[in-house]
Amino acid sequence: MKPMHEETATFATAAPMTPIFCRVLKTRPETHDTFTMEFEPPEGAHAFAFAPGQFNMLYAFGVGEVPISISGDPDDPQTLIHTIREVGAVTHALRAMKSGDLAGVRGPFGTSWPIEEAAGRDVVIVAGGIGLAPLRPAIYSILSHRENYGRVVLLYGTRNPDDILFRKELEGWRARLDLSVHVTVDRALETWRGSVGVVTTIIPRARFENSNALVMICGPEAMMRFTILELQNRGVGLDQIYVSAERNMKCAIGLCGHCQMGSEFICKDGPVFRFDRVQRFLEIREI
Amino acid sequence: MTDRLHDQEYILDRDHLQDLLDTLRNSGRRVIGPVLRDGAIVYDDLASVKNLPIGRTDIQERGLYRVMHREDQALFGYNVGPHSWKKFLSPPRTRLWQGDRSSGMVQISNEPPETQKMAFIGVRSCELHAIAIQDRVFIQSEFTSPPYQARREQTFIVAVNCGQAGGTCFCMSMKTGPQATRGFDLALTEVIENGRHYFVVEVGTEAGMTVFEQLPHTVAGEAQKSAAESAVAAATAQMHRQMDTSDIKDLLYRNYRNPRWDDVASRCLACANCTMVCPTCFCSTVEDTTNLKGDHAERWQRWDSCFTMDLSYIHGGSVRASTRSRYRQWMTHKLATWIDQFGTSGCVGCGRCISWCPVGIDITEEVRAIRKSEESFLPPTEGHHGDT
Repeated sequence: MKPMHEETATFATAAPMTPIFCRVLKTRPETHDTFTMEFEPPEGAHAFAFAPGQFNMLYAFGVGEVPISISGDPDDPQTLIHTIREVGAVTHALRAMKSGDLAGVRGPFGTSWPIEEAAGRDVVIVAGGIGLAPLRPAIYSILSHRENYGRVVLLYGTRNPDDILFRKELEGWRARLDLSVHVTVDRALETWRGSVGVVTTIIPRARFENSNALVMICGPEAMMRFTILELQNRGVGLDQIYVSAERNMKCAIGLCGHCQMGSEFICKDGPVFRFDRVQRFLEIREI
Repeated sequence: MTDRLHDQEYILDRDHLQDLLDTLRNSGRRVIGPVLRDGAIVYDDLASVKNLPIGRTDIQERGLYRVMHREDQALFGYNVGPHSWKKFLSPPRTRLWQGDRSSGMVQISNEPPETQKMAFIGVRSCELHAIAIQDRVFIQSEFTSPPYQARREQTFIVAVNCGQAGGTCFCMSMKTGPQATRGFDLALTEVIENGRHYFVVEVGTEAGMTVFEQLPHTVAGEAQKSAAESAVAAATAQMHRQMDTSDIKDLLYRNYRNPRWDDVASRCLACANCTMVCPTCFCSTVEDTTNLKGDHAERWQRWDSCFTMDLSYIHGGSVRASTRSRYRQWMTHKLATWIDQFGTSGCVGCGRCISWCPVGIDITEEVRAIRKSEESFLPPTEGHHGDT
């Protein structure tokens, strides 16, 4: 975890389970079941420093707390941005918040995408569904320092066209000459003019150098598994692949035991792992 | 090797044990020790030596625990009951903070740090190790639990060496007993011989010395020291249960797919008893609550168990939906992944999980079965991804 400057900290080691309350600046819908929230820093702080791939625990007063990745731009930490899928009581309560309302924030927690290690190399970002949200900070960071990287490829798959997240932004990225964006959906009506098929089908034809590429994957575990198989078929080494894992989390500081995957605590040893370090666990069902 | 302040050992007469309790209480400590309640020896407030389980012992086997009379008037003539000291160091339910919301503001007040000092009487060697293991989890990890640390630092520990082994004990396999070697302020060995009833006392810390100095005592002679050694040797000789821990981490890492887990799952009720009685199991959950008006909220932490479906629940379902996967998680964590996480096994061989399992599942037997069945069980070839 990044050392936190006092003015930007939202996490106190003296009371690690106590959130800091931040005001909602705005919320906007993304898809039928996802939305993005922006928060202003808490009183006395001016920014939320974080690294791409890290998450916060977001608390809705009296309802509960859930781990949510940060989806904003790490170079613009004046606002805190989260993109959330509404699936339970807490995310429902967050969805109902209006600008000016207070939500609790603890974090940032966890490991981050290997942005520095990726310098000088091709970068392949593979996202499935809401998995694009925790990868967006990495995309922002790479695009702001585009000259530091080789080819950059974004492969994005969703179930159907309505699930495509950050659509406008994706269109903008696709228009860039220094970024190769492939979007595919599992199934679609005939009005969809794009590619149909799971995200793994794009991997063989994506243009990047197998031997030097660094791959960052976030999506459902099955999608990550098959993506990695395809990458292996191309000749990408397992030590070039990073994944973000998901587990139940209650404390986010490695003390509650909920997020274990084998020997790893997803909250502090992850969520981002180099694949070869967790391969033996990710391949086991119900671990 | 024993962590002791000095090599001197002392004699505290049985009739002066009350002085120890009084001295600890008079120094502002809440004195907690073994008492007989509901047919079991449990840990609770201990006002008087009279409340100790005098002349009682416990019979333990797989799925069995009974308190029985003994022939002598021993005060600590039992092994361990369903409670462990984690109940006091990391209580089953604790409030972390409470908050009030009014006119667009939220005011949070954290639970004040624990200031009540405690003294534990009758901590067994395996339990000292269990406390040291929880220290690694809650104090010596990347993040710490301030409430645990506050309670722990204010706790005075009086260990009592075991003079007998229970039917489910296997501390010798785990190298955690029966002799208390570290982590105590005072360590007592109870001796009853030739009409005399006394304790041989070792002093572990300055704090222990400060307390002990106030008690009537004498210096132990060779005969008394050797009587104490014989008592512990009796426990060693009695212990028949064993766990072969050689290569155990890799053994379990290799056996995630062993069909033996289906066998144990056919017996396991996923009741979570083993995790509740285990002195090292540390999983907890967070409960956020509110009043009906919605202007007052509290956050509570309470013990949780890897045997519940909730523990691994993420949107879409529980990661560990089957009992097989949950028992495997518990045992593999305890004996294997724990070593990678905290540099120590999570098992101290106290045998509680064996005694208190309603269907008598025995972790030592399960390890043996995994070991034995490994030869006939062929793991999938390298790079197999089909296990979805």
